[in-house]
Amino acid sequence: MNNNPRTPAGRSDRTPSGSNDTAARRSRDHDYWRKNIRIILGCLAVWAFVSFGCAILFRPILSAIPVGGTDLGFWFAQQGSILVFLVLIFFYAWRMNKLDREYGTNE
Amino acid sequence: MDQYYLNLTVIGGSFLLYIIIAVWARAGSTSEFYTAGRGVHPVMNGMATAADWMSAASFISMAGLIAFSGYTASAYLMGWTGGYVLLALLLAPYLRKFGSFTVPEFIGDRFYSRPARLVAVLCLVIASLTYVIGQMTGVGVAFARFLQVSNSTGLFIGAAVVFFYSVLGGMKGITYTQVAQYVVLVFAYTVPAIFISLQLTGNPIPGLGLFSTYEGSGEPLLTTLNATLADLGFGSYTAQDESFSSILNMTLFTLTLMIGTAGLPHVIIRFFTVPKVSDARLSAGWALVFIAIVYLTAPAVGAMARLNIMDTIWPNGTENAEAASIEELPVWFDNWETTGLLGIEDKNGDGRLQYYNEAGGALDNLGTSELAGNELVTFNPDILVLANPEIAQLPGWVVALVAAGGMAAALSTAAGLLMAISSAISHDLIKRSINPGISEKGELMWARGAMAAAIAVATWLGLNPPGFAAQTVALAFGIAAATIFPALTMGIFSRRVNNVGAVAGMLTGLIFTVVYIFLHKGWFFIPGTESFPDTIEGSFFGIQSTAIGCIGAALNFAVAFAVSSATEDTPEEIKEMVENVRIPRGAGTATAH
Repeated sequence: MNNNPRTPAGRSDRTPSGSNDTAARRSRDHDYWRKNIRIILGCLAVWAFVSFGCAILFRPILSAIPVGGTDLGFWFAQQGSILVFLVLIFFYAWRMNKLDREYGTNE
Repeated sequence: MDQYYLNLTVIGGSFLLYIIIAVWARAGSTSEFYTAGRGVHPVMNGMATAADWMSAASFISMAGLIAFSGYTASAYLMGWTGGYVLLALLLAPYLRKFGSFTVPEFIGDRFYSRPARLVAVLCLVIASLTYVIGQMTGVGVAFARFLQVSNSTGLFIGAAVVFFYSVLGGMKGITYTQVAQYVVLVFAYTVPAIFISLQLTGNPIPGLGLFSTYEGSGEPLLTTLNATLADLGFGSYTAQDESFSSILNMTLFTLTLMIGTAGLPHVIIRFFTVPKVSDARLSAGWALVFIAIVYLTAPAVGAMARLNIMDTIWPNGTENAEAASIEELPVWFDNWETTGLLGIEDKNGDGRLQYYNEAGGALDNLGTSELAGNELVTFNPDILVLANPEIAQLPGWVVALVAAGGMAAALSTAAGLLMAISSAISHDLIKRSINPGISEKGELMWARGAMAAAIAVATWLGLNPPGFAAQTVALAFGIAAATIFPALTMGIFSRRVNNVGAVAGMLTGLIFTVVYIFLHKGWFFIPGTESFPDTIEGSFFGIQSTAIGCIGAALNFAVAFAVSSATEDTPEEIKEMVENVRIPRGAGTATAH
């Protein structure tokens, strides 16, 4: 491990090539990060919609939809949101691997 | 075979397995001790994370909690799983890229500040120590019930096993024992549930059985459960119980559990053990797969056990029919009565057990005898999972398996927590703050010593549990949510938050949350010193102390941004560091440091 707290770990990936290359890579890295943020926000919107939305706040609106002896909101609260969380994480992992390949940011 | 020897064989066998793994997975370097050499396969790490995460509370108490509060308990189900989405999206990949050994190490380096590192160590130790008490007492209780030794003997045996594999193997030993413990606990949890689901609904998958038709009535299981509860004067299972939790409180409580889960150090450090950034993302998904197997089963276990119990006590229905005769009650009533977790009192002296809600209003049609009060005077919800195989009349080996599963859940979580505590002490306190010149061998010795000391403290706390042991949910999740989670996310997603801002933010979150909890639960949990009742009506703005962590987190964010923008910008090299953490490229190099 690095002993100097001021030296970030993983810095060694910067090759001492020309400053133009560095600038180009930097701008691609920034693009990559912006896209990542957009994907994260999209996933978090779904995350909040199923758990806080369907299972709690909008439950009265969904109460007319029956599911196995109770209503859709109850299903989301005890099962549905967990299943959606699972899909979200695997989607994000897949989407980011794709993005990493596009931007050459993969390991 | 006698049940006692069956329990002894299964529990002893599982312990022997953990010890064999420990000898095989010894740690030779600090990297192995802290992060298992960063070579753990993402699926393996997912399994280990699931065992690390699912505590005695998840295994033993959660289904009981759901059984007795129905819909309202969904906050636990969503909160304890939704946190993994936050981990996968906001924390795990970046912290893995950074390549630190501990959580305070990232906070200290990113905010280039020793105070930030020390505040993080403090928050970590408080959150993890309060959490570990419950695990240690859980081991003691499981031993006492299934092997007929005293609580403290059981606790010593459990602590000795944890001592063996965590001092010897560190994270490496803990990882592979956690994988084995996950296998034990998932079988122990699902096998009885499958049998019960088959008996009640004919569906072998408990999660589907919950929404299927109950064979005893031909109606959906949840409809029958609601109707039976109404007959006995209890509130509806599927409705929001307004007196127990409002919509506002439930929303905030769920959010607090989610961000608290994502901020608990013993979970985060598990993602330091995988080889690559992409593995960290994937591994969070696998962790949730393995957790979901239990968490999708738990609500079914809760509802089915509740219905089973009412059917046992009112075998002929509730309408003008006789309650069960106390003489003829199943044998598990006797078994659990001796532990004090279950109590029966024949108040009207008719030799039958009338179980109903005294506060439930007029119950004219209930039973044939004069009612003199609810006669099932004690029913500890924890019994539900532990007695599940007996309630469903399953063979003895299933009972033994549940015992071993409960211990696996408690031991795996205890080991993960002890790992988080000891690495924060040996790496952040000794190596990074007090004695930076220490050799790797010296640090490894400190790491083992810190682990031994942490186990000793945890054992002592398990033997003498402070009165607040039951309040760990409020304290551990509140602190993790209000301090560690915001500090980590700001460290990754903002280049602007600086040393002063981070420390001010964490201290605000910590003090606000702890004071709010103390105002409602008593100062240092001493009864009688609280200023507000911890109920929906009595608390500030109707927010109970268990739900306050997310407000503390919001304050942490606000203060950190405000203070940072009023003080000096972060240095160039820190901006560079943040840029670097955001890009997966080069994570392999980070490992080599």
